[in-house]
Amino acid sequence: MGAQQRVYKAKINSTSSLRKIFKAMELIAASRIQKAVARAQAASPYAREITRAVSVVATQSNVDHTLTTEPDTIDRAAVVVMGPDRGFAGAYAANVIREAEELITLLKGEGKEVDLYTVGRKAETFYTFRDREIVRSWTGFSEAPTSAYAREIGEALLESFETDFNDGGVDEIYLVSTVYRSAVDRQPEYRRLIPLEVVEEDEAAPAARSAAAHDEVFPLYEFEPSAEKVLDALLPRYIDARIQSALLSAAAAEQAARQQAMKTATDNADDLIKTYTRLANTARQAEITQEISEIVGGVDALAASGPSD
Amino acid sequence: MAVLTVVVVSADREVWTGEATRVVARTTEGEIGILAGHEPLMGLVAGGEVRILTTAGDTVRAQANGGFLSVANDRVSVVADAAEIVD
Repeated sequence: MGAQQRVYKAKINSTSSLRKIFKAMELIAASRIQKAVARAQAASPYAREITRAVSVVATQSNVDHTLTTEPDTIDRAAVVVMGPDRGFAGAYAANVIREAEELITLLKGEGKEVDLYTVGRKAETFYTFRDREIVRSWTGFSEAPTSAYAREIGEALLESFETDFNDGGVDEIYLVSTVYRSAVDRQPEYRRLIPLEVVEEDEAAPAARSAAAHDEVFPLYEFEPSAEKVLDALLPRYIDARIQSALLSAAAAEQAARQQAMKTATDNADDLIKTYTRLANTARQAEITQEISEIVGGVDALAASGPSD
Repeated sequence: MAVLTVVVVSADREVWTGEATRVVARTTEGEIGILAGHEPLMGLVAGGEVRILTTAGDTVRAQANGGFLSVANDRVSVVADAAEIVD
């Protein structure tokens, strides 16, 4: 077998073993999308109840809470970037980081300092590689975030929010994450978390959102022990719930992105295998043609010299 | 007779939902029993279990730590960080 053919055969072999890996990762991601979406949906009743409760307290009492009041001056903002832990998800990490960079530029343009918080190894390494300071980072749960992680993040952010600016505290907090809309539609977005405007949003379940959107008129509530105390207890939970729903949505988006990227990789591997097979065939054919012409040439030469014997 | 629609949710899932005749919980102000027709109320659950007397006559006990209870229009929601049904 000719050297050319051997080269192509080796390329075909390595591409088909890569293809198997891509295909397997595609299937794994596809099955995990369903799980991630199911988790996001399971958490949505909680988010809905909390949102409803916060709306009730906010509309029925004139409580001024630090979390809801706009500070007079905003000097420092915290930006939480929610990225993936693993790659192999196409431009998923790059997109969410680009969104974060846009937000950071915007905030800096308004004369604010920016404190970085990251979730996921990819977001962390992006900034550490560029020697940008990260206040805090969390890794290891981007694919299966639980409420405990959301609480941990929420607590860290609240603590920083409650700290005075001069002691390194922040005045507002933004979340940058990818919102999962469907298996093929996801969008990196940033939203302001604190000071909060109560929004009735429920990314995981559009059906639930439309149900909640029917402006129900809240009856007059009795608060126990008092509206302030209830709000005190509710708001941190509301924040946790929003972080949690952002994490869950991002987890679903990550799997969807990975599935798509792996599908593309599988298709590309197929194309490569096809191209190499054609080239190998051409090389084989060329070799045969050459051998035949050598034989024919040899016979001709012999025939030409034959009769002279 | 009017019944209460009860939902118990924790941070990551809906734990229990169903109809009940009475819900007993401990709020920061003390123990409270809720029957159908209770006035709208929002209270902080002070820990311990929430007892739900279902229409079928069973008692469902839910551990609902650090959450709140909201009652309106015969709908009771018990929302907790962590909640589970205790048999």
